[in-house]
Amino acid sequence: MNIQTPIVAAGTPMVALVGNPNAGKSALFNALTGARQKVGNYPGVTVERHSGRLTLDDGGPVELIDLPGTYSLTPSSPDERVTRDTVLGQQAGERVPAAIVVVVDAANLDNHLRFAMELIALGKPVVIALNMFDLAERDGLTIDVAALEQALGVPVVPTVAVRKRGLDDLKAALATVLTGRADRAHTLLTEPTLAGRQRHARRIAQSVTIESGMARHRTARIDRIALHPVAGPFILAALLFVMFQAVFTLAAFPADLIDGWIGTAQDGVKATLPETLVRSLLTDGILAGVGAVIVFLPQIVILFAFILVLEASGYMVRAAFLMDRLMARVGLSGRGFIPLLSSFACAIPGIMATRTIEDPKDRLTTILIAPLMTCSARLPVYAVVIAAFIPRDSVLPGIGLQGLVLFGLYVAGIVGALLAALLLRRTVTKGAAQGFMMEMPKYQLPILRDLAIGLWQRAWAFLRRAGTIILVTTVVLWALLTFPQVPAGSTKSQIDHSIAGRIADGLAVVVRPIGFDRDIALALIPAMAAREVAVSALATVNAIEDADEGKRDQSLAQSLRGKWSLATALAFLAWFVFAPQCVSTIAVVRRETNSWRWPGFMLLYLFTLAYVAAGITYWSAVALGG
Amino acid sequence: MTLADLPFNTEATISAIDWPVLSERDGRRLRELGFDEGVAVEPLHGAGFAARDPIAVRIGRMTVAIRKAHATAISIEPLP
Repeated sequence: MNIQTPIVAAGTPMVALVGNPNAGKSALFNALTGARQKVGNYPGVTVERHSGRLTLDDGGPVELIDLPGTYSLTPSSPDERVTRDTVLGQQAGERVPAAIVVVVDAANLDNHLRFAMELIALGKPVVIALNMFDLAERDGLTIDVAALEQALGVPVVPTVAVRKRGLDDLKAALATVLTGRADRAHTLLTEPTLAGRQRHARRIAQSVTIESGMARHRTARIDRIALHPVAGPFILAALLFVMFQAVFTLAAFPADLIDGWIGTAQDGVKATLPETLVRSLLTDGILAGVGAVIVFLPQIVILFAFILVLEASGYMVRAAFLMDRLMARVGLSGRGFIPLLSSFACAIPGIMATRTIEDPKDRLTTILIAPLMTCSARLPVYAVVIAAFIPRDSVLPGIGLQGLVLFGLYVAGIVGALLAALLLRRTVTKGAAQGFMMEMPKYQLPILRDLAIGLWQRAWAFLRRAGTIILVTTVVLWALLTFPQVPAGSTKSQIDHSIAGRIADGLAVVVRPIGFDRDIALALIPAMAAREVAVSALATVNAIEDADEGKRDQSLAQSLRGKWSLATALAFLAWFVFAPQCVSTIAVVRRETNSWRWPGFMLLYLFTLAYVAAGITYWSAVALGG
Repeated sequence: MTLADLPFNTEATISAIDWPVLSERDGRRLRELGFDEGVAVEPLHGAGFAARDPIAVRIGRMTVAIRKAHATAISIEPLP
């Protein structure tokens, strides 16, 4: 993917937003640019490029770029390298920043000033956003802003990004430094060593801060429960369980609504168009296929909402802390838990998030097991099969059997991933265990605006996928299923006669031992493009087949129930727990590892796992009378 | 005494850090997270019931998670 066209004209100054992790940088970015944002990619790396437009008081537009948070200009991971290269003007395809806005946490000056000093020493126009100023005051800190400006030699503006306070002052200061009207000279802050900068920063922080009593933080109180040796893991497990139950129960109503609209649209097309190939393409191809995927938008939005809240609240790092020991046992670190949890939404952002892992072997292992986390694209597949074959019973009050089976599928993926990591770390990604070092941010109430922006960006990415790759594969599949047309008077059905039917005949020989019939073999082909297409493929196959048999009004779940045995259904689920069926994921792995070796290896080991798992499931279920 | 042995909720000052035993990257990250001679630290939490590893350490106004393997490289002087 290339850099997307900027939403500002070329020639407008670019301003980089830089800061330590947890300085509230993205909240400030959202507050400054609102909805006028664009998410793209840097060429060659999968680091997202967030840019937005900002109009200064003098009318001048600037392009603001939100760079990945980092602790210094010495990068230890790929995303930190993007920050360094952009700040230094060495990032390919990126302009040299005209100015830098350094975001620092007002309550954590002794640490954050060190990086600010390193950036000031570059000699570019700099404005310091003294962010989360209100929280510092609440902690009993009084900061002498004028003295800090004096010590650093650059404008310092107190801001509260979440309440949009100080933004006008920040923009005014930015306009001043951009026009070169700032009369302050940069003091020489060129401490050559990290230790020197660290100590200098502490001295400055101490001289400008008055601490009146050490307020015991809310964070420490929450952590006493959230990180408790017994209660902590229990709370984490409960949170994850609630998350997956919510995905199923809360999404039911909006999903039914969307399903209804698609049905109405299909009926509308049927009522207005004569029975031609075009009508078949619209109803059986596009509406049946794309519709079957869009129905799952509510579930995906709910899942992402949970993950965004966990991240924004600060709990995600606690989860990593609690998981570190388990992860260490399979040769990974707690840091890997965060990309793996993101992979539950989609393996692509998950694999991209591994760029924060410093150790290359650790990172590679995490990439290789990320596709085993049940991504949201698998949800549509699971949802249809579970709805068709698992009764809607309650095991316990509030805990449905369907939700429990879904939970079990997630667990199967996790256990598979841990075992795979254990094996990989002893064979192909052998190497010394690395450590786990992470800052644990203060707990914060997530800001609705930031959540809304994050959710919108992810929902849009999903819909764009539905509108492009899924639409194309659906249409191609429809064509493969529709041509050549069965001659009048033939005893063969349309599907048996079609190109797809003949391809599937060959594939069916391979998958028959694990309980898959020809329709499933057929659905597996386009599912390589995107997993959820398996559902639309089944829907398309059924729509065409049912049209043949005159049973148009059956739902997909109903017709599956008529065709598959329980053993086949379970084997199908087991297959999807492990199968690496998404071309985009493979492409991202290729880009992240810079060779075809690892994506090739991933395809091989995951297909083997999927085949074996589906086979075992099928034959066990058959033996038990399924 | 090292940071790994310091009881929870006890404050101490870092007296020495054995930089050579740490990899260059680990040492730099420790510094970037604020670890340095003369800085006050306080272990707050440990993960797991028996091992209590990794530990969450308050350093300055931050809380940082590190494994005990790294904490043993950090010598501390308990406050009087």
